[in-house]
Amino acid sequence: MTGEIGQLSLILALLMAAVQAFFPLVGAAWGLPLWMAVGRPAARAQGLFLAVAFWCLVQSFIANDFSLAYVAQHSNSALPLFYRISAVWGAHEGSVLLWALILGLWTAAVSVFNRGLGEAFVARVLGILGLISAGILAFILFTSNPFERLIPAPPDGQDLNPLLQDFGLAVHPPMLYLGYVGLAVPFSFALAALLSGSLDPAWARWSRPWTLTAWAFLTLGITLGSWWAYYELGWGGWWFWDPVENASFMPWLLATALIHSLAVTEKRGAFKAWTVLLSILAFSLSLLGMFLVRSGVLVSVHAFANDPKRGLFILVFLGLVIGASLVLYALRAPKVQDHARFHWFSKESLLLANNILLVTAAASVLLGTLYPLVLDALGLGKISVGPPYFASVFTPVVTPIFLLAGIGPLVSWRQGEVTQTWRRVRWMIPLSVGTAVTMGAVFFDLKHFQTLAAVSCALWLAATSLLPLAQRLRRREGLSSLRQPAGFYGMTLAHFGLSVFLFGVAISNQYSVEKTVRLSPGQSVELSGYTFLFKGIQESEGPNYRSDTGWFEVYAGDQKIAELWPEKRFYRVQRSVMTEAAIDWGVRRDLYVALGEALEGDSWSVRLYVKPWVRWIWLGGGLIALGGFLAAADKRYRIARVYGSAPQGALRSTSVPS
Amino acid sequence: MTARQRRMLLVSAVVLGVSIAAFLALAAFQKNLLYFYTPSQIQAGEAPSGYALRVGGLVEQGSVWRDPNSLAVRFVLTDGAAKVTVFYQGILPDLFREGQGIIAVGKLEADGVFKADQVLAKHDENYMPPEVAEALQRSGKLPPVDEFKQGRP
Repeated sequence: MTGEIGQLSLILALLMAAVQAFFPLVGAAWGLPLWMAVGRPAARAQGLFLAVAFWCLVQSFIANDFSLAYVAQHSNSALPLFYRISAVWGAHEGSVLLWALILGLWTAAVSVFNRGLGEAFVARVLGILGLISAGILAFILFTSNPFERLIPAPPDGQDLNPLLQDFGLAVHPPMLYLGYVGLAVPFSFALAALLSGSLDPAWARWSRPWTLTAWAFLTLGITLGSWWAYYELGWGGWWFWDPVENASFMPWLLATALIHSLAVTEKRGAFKAWTVLLSILAFSLSLLGMFLVRSGVLVSVHAFANDPKRGLFILVFLGLVIGASLVLYALRAPKVQDHARFHWFSKESLLLANNILLVTAAASVLLGTLYPLVLDALGLGKISVGPPYFASVFTPVVTPIFLLAGIGPLVSWRQGEVTQTWRRVRWMIPLSVGTAVTMGAVFFDLKHFQTLAAVSCALWLAATSLLPLAQRLRRREGLSSLRQPAGFYGMTLAHFGLSVFLFGVAISNQYSVEKTVRLSPGQSVELSGYTFLFKGIQESEGPNYRSDTGWFEVYAGDQKIAELWPEKRFYRVQRSVMTEAAIDWGVRRDLYVALGEALEGDSWSVRLYVKPWVRWIWLGGGLIALGGFLAAADKRYRIARVYGSAPQGALRSTSVPS
Repeated sequence: MTARQRRMLLVSAVVLGVSIAAFLALAAFQKNLLYFYTPSQIQAGEAPSGYALRVGGLVEQGSVWRDPNSLAVRFVLTDGAAKVTVFYQGILPDLFREGQGIIAVGKLEADGVFKADQVLAKHDENYMPPEVAEALQRSGKLPPVDEFKQGRP
């Protein structure tokens, strides 16, 4: 019964999405207020039906309703409740439903928080969101229906992939999708602005908080995914340049470019056409990511598989969305007038450099990700592009970003002062290099020029990003100087977070050590000053698995500093083996133990890592996301003013610094 | 700065950026492409020795040999028509077992033994890497479809 309610809700949601697309768009084109007014209630109804459908699927998982094929394939009565709920989006059908639900939530949010936007503009935004939603819902109903019945129902389910029976599945996909799908909002804003034919700076101001929020969620989602891969896969790595990781990283790079170019468009009225194009491209790459993951063309830990119908459907959908929006762009963008002028050394030109570098970085990732697929599709051989490609192309492209990110906020709009800026930052150079060398001498060896350069870069960015704050504190009296807009703090925090991230990457990549050894109980092995003593293996039973748990004691000198319990689990239903690494984490280092295989006698193969400063990678990612949320909360975005009616001067005086 | 000058600056910056990136990308591409070979291709001498490449197939039943004192392991990969011996030192993935489709990344030695740096098997007993499936199909040794569904998570 629950399944049928879900199915019905999905159909109703599709109908609502069609209504939400048709009436407001036509109404806005013909100037029919009544038709335009349909958008809001339709959007909320669509969101409601999607929520009901999603709840029905959750309920079916909780109630172990194995008469639903999707539940039978991805759950089991022995699966703990927590994992039964996250299993809802553990495979293809449910994760597309989650995608649709999140789009419904974003749409409903737009239908509520639009004070001051013109009626026609709201109608167009909702109409475009409705079109996207209708496409996704048709995809679900025709190719990936999670409510399909299985008759006769099997007595028990085939269980969730053990790799996914983890807390990570509960948080990583929802956060990632909130970001991915959230990019549909700036996309719709951009298309609505193109349709209405007026790209005044107010449009950018409305788009900014939405883009920042989506971007912050995307940052958080990617960071969580990286952390999950680190502790779950047992390979000790935090980023693998896996095609599916790239699929989330490319929209992130473009969205990062977008939040910066939106600042220029809002503040200075420049880069208008470019900002619109970036909005289109960012969402297009997010859809491309969906195609790569959902069509089964990729071979990776994420790839769900598939019948070719699904891939074809998404490919056609992708082509329609990108094609139609680019055609609209080509028709309307040439009419956009861009009068703003700026000096070669100004905030505008530095943000332009930021955009060029980020787009180049995204293009290099796209090349490495798609090239093997294209070659394979053309029958020209099977190749794969390994991490060394990405490392060698990506590093030189992003390095200038780290250097420029510190300077950008210090330079004024329109015309910056080269000498004055130089005077403000010059002492940062010896300071950051000197500190890096000192740190290198005290904590590590100094052999690696690259690491030294990267740490200097990180320190430079940390120091310069805090400089405006320090100067504001010095210039004015007391705590009142701390009363800066949230946008300023958000930016500072995000840039500072980037330096924390870079610091973690530089140190952990260079100084992590790894050892694969064969150990019998009582034997110990030394790694990077720590002694790992293997005490033995104990067997235990979990709810749906049997576990061999290793017992390790870690000593620094004579002192015991940690006990670690890595596991090798055998999941009964899927008859598969899973490695659960054990990690003793710390600010300055992680100790990481993963069991390999049982060898003859009592001995086991064991993989050990000591990873210095690795936590700083995710700490940095978290700070960047927090900065995004903080900036999105800036009060100045919510000042009511009807779109299109504000005088330029008034806008400028209240607009937000980037 | 006039609009024209600015546009020129923009265009030249973009051209410069793109060409640097293209240069880096192509240089890196040359070095980092990994080609896939089947055991048949290796036996026919199509694969160069001394270069990093990938080979895939089924682990032959009864072929896995472990060194009792170290982590060294040796096994035979087959696509049904030909065989190649793989040598590896380290921890095999959780789903490595005889009869399983796997991919090994490494170099072909002059004596015809494939020395792997990495052995990949997916977290699914029914999964078979598409390359391996195709190699088996070509040699007519593909197991029944329901037994090996491609890429189910």
